[in-house]
Formats: sequence, structure tokens, C-alpha cells
Amino acid sequence: MSSIKLRAVVALSGLALVCAAQAAQKESAPPKKAAVHAKKAAAAKDPVAADFEKFHEIMEEDSPAELFEAKGAEMWKTKRGPKHVSLEKCNLGLGPGVVKGAYVQMPRYFADTGQMMDAERRIVYCMVKLQGFKEADLAKKPFSKGSYLPDPVALVTYVAGQSRNMKIAVPQKLPQERAAYKLGEEIFNYRAGPWDFSCATCHGEDNKRIRTQNLPNLASKVDAVRAFQGWPGYRMTGGLMHTLQWRMNDCFRQQRFPEPGYASETIADLLTYMGVNANGYLYKGPGIKR
Amino acid sequence: MKTFQASIFGAAALAIAFAAQAQDYRAQAISMMKRDFHAKGIAHMDRLNEDALQLICNRSHNEPPKGIAETLQHDQLATIQYPADGKFLGDWKAGEKLAQNGRGMTWKDGGKPSGGSCYNCHQIGPATTSFGDIGNSLLHFGKIRGYGPDVQKYVYGKIYNAKAYNLCSKMPRFGHSGTLTEKQIKDLVALLLDPNSPVNK
Ligand code: HEC
Ligand code: HEC
Repeated sequence: MSSIKLRAVVALSGLALVCAAQAAQKESAPPKKAAVHAKKAAAAKDPVAADFEKFHEIMEEDSPAELFEAKGAEMWKTKRGPKHVSLEKCNLGLGPGVVKGAYVQMPRYFADTGQMMDAERRIVYCMVKLQGFKEADLAKKPFSKGSYLPDPVALVTYVAGQSRNMKIAVPQKLPQERAAYKLGEEIFNYRAGPWDFSCATCHGEDNKRIRTQNLPNLASKVDAVRAFQGWPGYRMTGGLMHTLQWRMNDCFRQQRFPEPGYASETIADLLTYMGVNANGYLYKGPGIKR
Repeated sequence: MKTFQASIFGAAALAIAFAAQAQDYRAQAISMMKRDFHAKGIAHMDRLNEDALQLICNRSHNEPPKGIAETLQHDQLATIQYPADGKFLGDWKAGEKLAQNGRGMTWKDGGKPSGGSCYNCHQIGPATTSFGDIGNSLLHFGKIRGYGPDVQKYVYGKIYNAKAYNLCSKMPRFGHSGTLTEKQIKDLVALLLDPNSPVNK
């Protein structure tokens, strides 16, 4: 690891602590210090946002996500699983073994499964089909926690990195893909649960925020790219690498819904809806999120 | 002749099927979610069912026809259980804590008392600048709207069931959903309407 990277990672873990502390306050009563903190920065931005931006600049060239990309790349090539094969024959939609550019063209319809699949869903499929892993095992602990990094997270990060600086082009050629967009739109707008929330309650208007967190309007062209950009992301809150599967899970939690199945069709269709809305933008690769 | 008839019938059926398909994305999406989700903690699967109000808001993109909205708002108003003692004002200090507290009703929350998440959507007290803005500012609420019993009753009702006043409001129905208790709602009313609350300073 280069010394710049090392220093950055050390700095990052410090910052992550600050963020984690802030996040912890956010869900409960913030102590007075936080209020004073916020007041001081009220004229400009909150301190975490300011730190984050500074950090973002430093990390522009040398993102911690790259460490996870490297891990995933290694994993991709290694013979693993009960069948002891690599993922090099995995078809991400552009043909067996083609990884370059695949991420920005997913979710897409796969005739071999008859399903819409986002990158993670497809990778899980390949791990099961080619390598012999059990789907239920992969779904048991699918999100990063502490020092635990699920294999699919590293793999998705690698695959996403292979679409860096390419245009988002989530396909809408097939009728199944157009139907998935419509279904995703319905899911996005569906209000239910004890608090009557849908995705659109929080993400359906421009320039809204919860506390100091900006809420992208994911139904609009300009903002929808935030459902793509920087994901998978190294999240400063807690210092963990997360994919969109995690983001969708946590937003459904905040929506007060039951838990969505990991790598399910519901998530693939939601990601299709937001992805198509973001079509045409340049994807800058795995990134960092606050 | 027979084949001709059959094909006309077939074409018509197909056309109807297509039209139905367009209308049917919602139904399909709902059954997909019911297949793909599972209960976790206190978040049971029945949360995926729409109640009558959610159904109307979902079907009308949150803009129901006026007549229907009025009828349903009336129904929502009837759900509000006002305090038996006729008093609406609790303790604004406890109310401030509840307004800050964003917990409640998620699958991680079982057991613990819920908060109101009010700052997630509203500006309220002058000391907190990290507020959301999905809802309007409530700073100086009493100062502007008055402190009288009618206003107190309105604010109690609004927190208990926001949909009684604005059918497809983004604000949750805190009393109706069992998120907040009568005492908690009174404390929140006091936060907005006690002349000594920092909100009205
Ligand atoms: C109760 C409010 C709420 C609901 C409901 C909600 N979200 Fe979120 N969402 C948030 C918050 C808060 C964030 C974090 C923003 C941040 O970190 O800056 C977020 C972040 C996101 C992001 C990442 C944006 C980015 O900039 O990286 C996506 C994508 C997203 N939500 C999609 C959804 C979808 C899809 C749904 C419906 C399943 C949903 N959200 C429901 C509050 C909500
Ligand atoms: C998800 C966002 C959200 C949350 C959480 C929320 N509100 Fe609201 N609230 C709104 C919106 C949007 C409006 C304006 C539209 C309407 O009238 O329903 C509103 C309106 C109000 C009004 C009426 C304002 C007026 O001018 O008459 C009051 C009072 C109020 N909220 C109090 C609260 C309190 C107290 C809490 C916490 C228990 C709270 N709200 C939580 C979104 C929210």
C-alpha cells in the first residue's frame, strides 16, 4: 500500500469515528454539543460535510474503494467454492467473461434465468451456478459489518470499477426491461406501513433534506444519478464498504417496511427504475459516501 | 368462419389483456413485494397491505378528487382520540426530546419507546439548525398562530392524525399508528404552544 493511501486510510478511520458518532446522535437526542456544532457551521455547511469534501478532494485519485476493487479482482480470478472454479466465465450480460462496461448496463434481463438482474444479483447467481455456493448462505449475512466483508461486496466493487468513466446505459430494449422500469416506478411510489411512507416521500421532490442529509429526487434526471454515482461506496459512517443492496435495505428500514429479500427482483426493478432515470451520465466508479 | 371468429375474439382478448397489463403494474408490483419481503422484528408482513387511505393516495398520485378527499379526511378526523381530561399541554422539555428522537417503528426498534422524528422534517426550536425541510417551519408556531384552545386542539389532532387535515400528507399519523402515546403528544403540543417553550421565544 502506498504511504499516501495508508495515511488516507488512517485519516479516514478517524473521520469515520466522527461520522459514526454523529450518526448515533441523529437517531436519538443530540447532546448540546452537536447543536452548538451545527450552529457554528450553520452559515456554511455542517462540519462533517465540510470534512467530507476536504477528504473527497484528497481521495479523488486514491480512493479506499480501490482496495476493495483489488480484493474483488483477486477473488474473481481465484478458483473458489465447492466446484473449485473461478468466476471468469460468469456472463454479466455482455458475454461470458466480459466485465468491462457490464456494470453501467445493469440491471438487465437475462434470458438464462428469465429474470431482471442487477450486478449483485447476477454475481450471486454466478457464485451459485458456477462455483456451487449456496444462495441461502450468501443471503444470510450479505452486508459489511465490523471487519466482515461479504464476498459479493468485494466482487461487485471490482465489477463496478471496470465501468469507471463509462456512460450509464441501463438497457430498455426488451419488453421485460421496460416492464421492470414500470414495476420499479410503482414500488418507488407505493405508500404503506405504519408511517405511510414510500421512497417518494423522502426522494420525490427537489432540494429536500432530512436533518443535514440531502435527499436526492430520484425520480428526476438530474438527481437520479446519485443512485449510481459513488456506489458501491466506502461509507465514512462506520468505515464500511457497501453496495446498493445495502442502501436499498436501509432505506426500506427507514420506510418502516418489512425487510426486502437480498438480491431480489423487487430490488432489481427498483434499481432499474433509478438506473434508467440516470442514463447518459458518466459513471465515475466506486466511491465514498458520508 | 369458425377460425375467423376465434381470431377476432383472440385479438380482442389480447387488446384487453394489454390494456389490463398497463393498469396492472401496480398489482404486479405489490404481489412481487409480498413474495420478496419477510417479517423482521416488529416489522411484520401486514405492513405491505394498504389501508383505505393509503390505497386512495396511491391510486391518485397523492391528489385524490376533492369529494373523496373530504369524505376520507372526515373519517380520519373521527379516529382522533382526544385526551379525556380535556388538557392538551404537557411538558415542552420532554416534547423537545421527543422531537429530536428519530427512533420508532423500524425493524431495529422493537421495545424501546418511539420518538417523533419531528426535526427530520421540520424546523422547530431555534437551537437546532440540523433540521430537515420536508415539512414547513414550526418556529414561533404559537407566537404566530396563537395559544388558544382551538389551536391546541388542532395541533394535538394534527400530530395524532395528520391525514385528518391533509389526506395525503407526508407526515405520519403518530397517534393513529400507535407510535406516540397521549402523554407524548401532549408534550409535543407544549413544545409548539407553551409560551415558555423556546419555540415561542
Ligand atoms: C424516511 C426517509 C427515506 C425513505 C422513505 C427512503 N429513503 Fe433513501 N435515503 C434517505 C436518507 C436519509 C438517505 C441518506 C442520504 C445521505 O446519506 O446523504 C437516503 C439515501 C438514498 C440513496 C443514496 C443516495 C446517494 O446520494 O448516495 C438512494 C439511492 C435511496 N436513498 C433510495 C431510496 C429508495 C429506492 C427508497 C424506497 C425503497 C428510499 N430511498 C426510501 C431517506 C429515505
Ligand atoms: C416525514 C416528514 C414529517 C414528519 C416526520 C413530521 N412532519 Fe409535521 N408535517 C409534515 C408536512 C409535509 C407538513 C405540511 C403538510 C401537511 O399539512 O400535512 C406537516 C405539518 C405539520 C403541522 C401543521 C403545520 C401548520 O402550519 O398548520 C404540525 C403542527 C406538524 N407538522 C407537527 C409535527 C410534529 C410535532 C412532528 C413530530 C411528532 C412532525 N410534525 C413530524 C411532515 C412531517
